[in-house]
Amino acid sequence: MSDADTRLTLEQLHCERDDRVLFRGLSLTARAGEIWQITGANGAGKTTLLRILVGLHGFYDGGRHWWQPDWQRELLYLGHQPGVREELSPLENLDYACALNAQGGDAMAGLKAVGLQGFEDVPAAHLSAGQKRRIALARLWLAPKAIWVLDEPYTAIDQDGVAQLDARIQQAAEAGTLVIYTSHHQVGEGVRRLHLAKGRAEVLS
Amino acid sequence: MSAFGAALKRELLVLWRSPAEMINPLFFFVMVISLFPLAISPKPEVLAVIAPGVLWVAALLAVMLSLDGLFRRDQESGVLELLLTAPVMAVVPVTAKLLAHWLLTGLPLVLVSPVLAHMLQLPNAVLGTVMLSLLLGTPALTIIGAIGAALTVGLNRGGILLAVLVLPLYIPVLIFGAGVIRAAAEGGAVNGILAILGALLALTASLGPLAVSAGLKISSGN
Amino acid sequence: MLGSPRYFYTFSSSVLPWLTPIALVTLLAGLVWGLGFAPSDYQQGNSYRIIFIHVPASSGALMGYMALGVAGLVAVVWRMKMAEVMLKAIAPFGAALAAISLVTGALWGKPTWGTYWQWDARMTSMLILLFMYVGVIALQNVIRDPRQAARAAGLLAMVGVINVIIVKYSVEWVQTLHQGSTLKLFGESTINPAMKYPLLISMLGLWLLYAVNVLMRARTEVMWRERRSKWVAKLVTRPEKGEQ
Repeated sequence: MSDADTRLTLEQLHCERDDRVLFRGLSLTARAGEIWQITGANGAGKTTLLRILVGLHGFYDGGRHWWQPDWQRELLYLGHQPGVREELSPLENLDYACALNAQGGDAMAGLKAVGLQGFEDVPAAHLSAGQKRRIALARLWLAPKAIWVLDEPYTAIDQDGVAQLDARIQQAAEAGTLVIYTSHHQVGEGVRRLHLAKGRAEVLS
Repeated sequence: MSAFGAALKRELLVLWRSPAEMINPLFFFVMVISLFPLAISPKPEVLAVIAPGVLWVAALLAVMLSLDGLFRRDQESGVLELLLTAPVMAVVPVTAKLLAHWLLTGLPLVLVSPVLAHMLQLPNAVLGTVMLSLLLGTPALTIIGAIGAALTVGLNRGGILLAVLVLPLYIPVLIFGAGVIRAAAEGGAVNGILAILGALLALTASLGPLAVSAGLKISSGN
Repeated sequence: MLGSPRYFYTFSSSVLPWLTPIALVTLLAGLVWGLGFAPSDYQQGNSYRIIFIHVPASSGALMGYMALGVAGLVAVVWRMKMAEVMLKAIAPFGAALAAISLVTGALWGKPTWGTYWQWDARMTSMLILLFMYVGVIALQNVIRDPRQAARAAGLLAMVGVINVIIVKYSVEWVQTLHQGSTLKLFGESTINPAMKYPLLISMLGLWLLYAVNVLMRARTEVMWRERRSKWVAKLVTRPEKGEQ
């Protein structure tokens, strides 16, 4: 079970919110290089599950174990909101996120990769929802991290962007990153899927 | 750049680019103070008596009201989650935020206070004490208030609740802040009282950011 | 020991049946002795007798807030569920005691000071203590998730305990700045033993009653929190004596 590739183990995870069981008895092992897609209806608890994984939500029973104590150094988490302040330019937003997360890499190159070249100094207030999401996504093209936890990364992203993101996620997984994301969009073949519905959590593939 | 430096720069930029948030507390401070001569009495001897309290109550309310939005925008935009999941301890960016917020909203109050103190008929000899008391006191108010702001960040009904939580915690700072001005106006010794204010600031500055970080974590669901 | 909600429930079931009557009898004894039989004061006549309510209420309110702070520390640092329950259980009675202390203090103030209200150090501190209880209760009431609400209130209470101590000294300091006007209600603590014993007994009685109230509230809260667990379901469907 706990071989060198194991990144995340969940044991009998159980979470209730507002009198509703979001999931119970959720156990799984996620390994380096795997892509996990979490699906479920609105309100099924996808975001809460991701927040539990990254340590934002602490009210649950059961076990959640990352493979190393300082796993946060290796975490790249993009939340439900893109984490972009409208007063700041894409470059300033990205610099701040990278400084907090000790993530190196060429921010300009990252912005270029997500198609924000030429917008790097425009206040984010002037950008569309999709462009704001892209600011956050630019971090995927910076220095690699061992775990990516992405909450609805495809929201507001156009078709070309979706294809590009698919490719990037697969590329990262091949390089050994564990990717966990919520979305109804499937990145590609061989993606493992966890479905949340009516308090049950099922690993479908 | 260090995480603290980057965070400080970022917080200053954000505030600098939303000037209303920076300037409104200052206007509030000036306006509230100008109400008292109109409501109570414009007589110099009356004003001089109430001036220390008026200055301090107005400063306290200005700081408190400025804090309502301290974490709200960051929460709505998802920046707070970024901050709480980062490998760097949350105290680091939180301290940067408090410092930036005080520099751009608290310090201006300190700087205009001699003018207002003069308008409230306090003797010129006291103006230095007025500034010093606010210089020591307003950062403490910012930090204490931020604890309340952190605990109410997700609640969408900040304002009055924040006041209910925070005002009782402001009382010691208010007492010694206004007290030192009054002591100076009466020609008494001020150093001891200033030392107490300094001690209150040291206490809040050392424990406050930890409490604020803990409050943010609790509000996020931890 | 009391860390598990279920254990706490069983434990409190065995304690309450004898603690409740003891608390009531003690309080009643203290009050009857104090109000009816203790000698009257040579300066204040019979009006001083309100101390048999005022002093126990004040001390209970203060102890209650300190207990909130301790529960807050345990809840926030060690994440213990029972401490969260306690945060909810301790606050209301403490707030009520602070209010009682203020009202009785005012009633006592009228014959003694000639006015219901004086900004004297103790009354002012008690007023601020009441404000801080209000803050803790208000915060608990607006946060929907009970665990989050308790932890938020716990952090506030921890900060509040530090504040209570500082407030006490700062309010006393204000008094020295404006000398005069404050009339000491007690001389240098030379209270007649015939007054002291009924006072101590009423105080003990009220503290015990407070403990009873906290236990009862905590039981309700535990039941509510564990309402989907098997042991609560069993308890509710088969309400027999002695829940095992």
